[in-house]
Amino acid sequence: MDFLDSFLIRAALAGLGVALAAAPLGCFVVWRRMAYFGEATAHASILGIALALSFSTSIFAGVLVVALLMGWTVSVLSGRGYAMDTLLGVIAHSALAIGLVAVSLLQGVRIDLNAYLFGDILAVSRLDLAIIWGGAVLVIALLGWRWNALLTATLNPDLAYAAGIDPRREQMVLTIALALVVAVAIKVVGVLLIAALLIIPAAAARPFANTPERMATLAAGIGAFSAISGLQLAFLYDTPTGPTIVCLAAACFALTSILSLVRGSNA
Amino acid sequence: MSLIRAKGLSVRHGKTTVLQNVTLDIAAGEIVTIVGPNGSGKSTLLRALIGAVDIHQGDISRKDGLRIGYVPQKLHIDPTLPITVERFLSLPCKVDPEAAKSALEQAGASTLMQRQMSDLSGGQFQRVLLARALLGKPQLLILDEATQGLDQPGSAAFYRQIEELRMSLGCAVLMVSHELHVVMAASDRVICLNGHVCCEGAPEVVASAPEYRALFGSGTQGALALYRHDHDHHHHAHDHKHEDA
Repeated sequence: MDFLDSFLIRAALAGLGVALAAAPLGCFVVWRRMAYFGEATAHASILGIALALSFSTSIFAGVLVVALLMGWTVSVLSGRGYAMDTLLGVIAHSALAIGLVAVSLLQGVRIDLNAYLFGDILAVSRLDLAIIWGGAVLVIALLGWRWNALLTATLNPDLAYAAGIDPRREQMVLTIALALVVAVAIKVVGVLLIAALLIIPAAAARPFANTPERMATLAAGIGAFSAISGLQLAFLYDTPTGPTIVCLAAACFALTSILSLVRGSNA
Repeated sequence: MSLIRAKGLSVRHGKTTVLQNVTLDIAAGEIVTIVGPNGSGKSTLLRALIGAVDIHQGDISRKDGLRIGYVPQKLHIDPTLPITVERFLSLPCKVDPEAAKSALEQAGASTLMQRQMSDLSGGQFQRVLLARALLGKPQLLILDEATQGLDQPGSAAFYRQIEELRMSLGCAVLMVSHELHVVMAASDRVICLNGHVCCEGAPEVVASAPEYRALFGSGTQGALALYRHDHDHHHHAHDHKHEDA
């Protein structure tokens, strides 16, 4: 395991794991217009961190529980007079605010909130790495297993019902996967940048995809590229790692958008 | 043996009762059409039968392992989701490429295989939806105003195909249609719906029923309906009340 002794190798593997799990999930987030859901889950996880610190459990568990709880609350409340974005706005901001207040009430605990907001990929331990890859494999397996059902439910809930698929269950699968990704990714890229890593690679992949599978694969490639190259650039120029990774993803988005514009005007 | 049966079905949207005490039975191989004015619960009834609507009262029983092909009224595919016709046909179950090709040909859409779903016109879209529904070898085909967006010859061809399918596959067809002339010509049974079942039976019987006339006017027997696309305007304050409702 000498290989993993280098913190740079660990960081690269961590970034890769998060990117690979976030990309296909991010596609669903984009297709279902749930972009704000990722954001809300990420915000709510600050509350999870506060809870984890006050009960001295692992950050991962705290974040996972709060993210799942949020997803479940949204699923239950949606379609009862509130639009999805209103509901997510209420929950995201409340959870973030409650989390920040809770953190300030923690006696004698000094935490570096900055680390959770922006992540610290260079401090990834072997245990973190195991959690990240465990979560990533779980999410990819979950999405792979439910892929066709999720796609059908995303296209049209009634088509799903007619084929014997319950769209509400598929929504739950997505919520669980999203909670898992946020929980494992929070240490690497941090709360504020998770939503970006979900959505930007998927958006960047869109112009060059003609099937859902191709979009997910391309997004995974773009995510992985952003993670690895972002890490190298951050090391080279001594810039903050998480934001550098997201900058690279954004550059990919700009590039594919321009390419598709050029291609469009030629056609 | 009936394929699907609804008994005393009531559906509410919030506090509004959309369907009340609807009983319906579809037997293998028959073509049943639901007619009724806008807002009469036609689509809701179909959606209840596929399990997409919460039922307030009553129950729905299906034959074990019933395969349903469903063609919705409208289907919006978000342009952020790239999907070719070929891929769409394989949802949720993978289908044989040859079967997909012949289903598209049958639906008169053989050239569309590699096109993006979001680029299709309304008529092309309906044909692809029908092809997809047929690929599942349904025992019951449910069509919700499936000819919306098709021109006259297109919709005539569409119904001819339904008729042929019934012959070849032996599947039952339950549809909502606004094209009363087609309904009268092609259905075994017509159900006139307006929140409840107003009347039902063979097309000739329904066409002469007072309840039907109250909804659609008295001159709409058979072909006369051909030119009336929006019959909602001439059902004068639907005020007939049923003792049994």
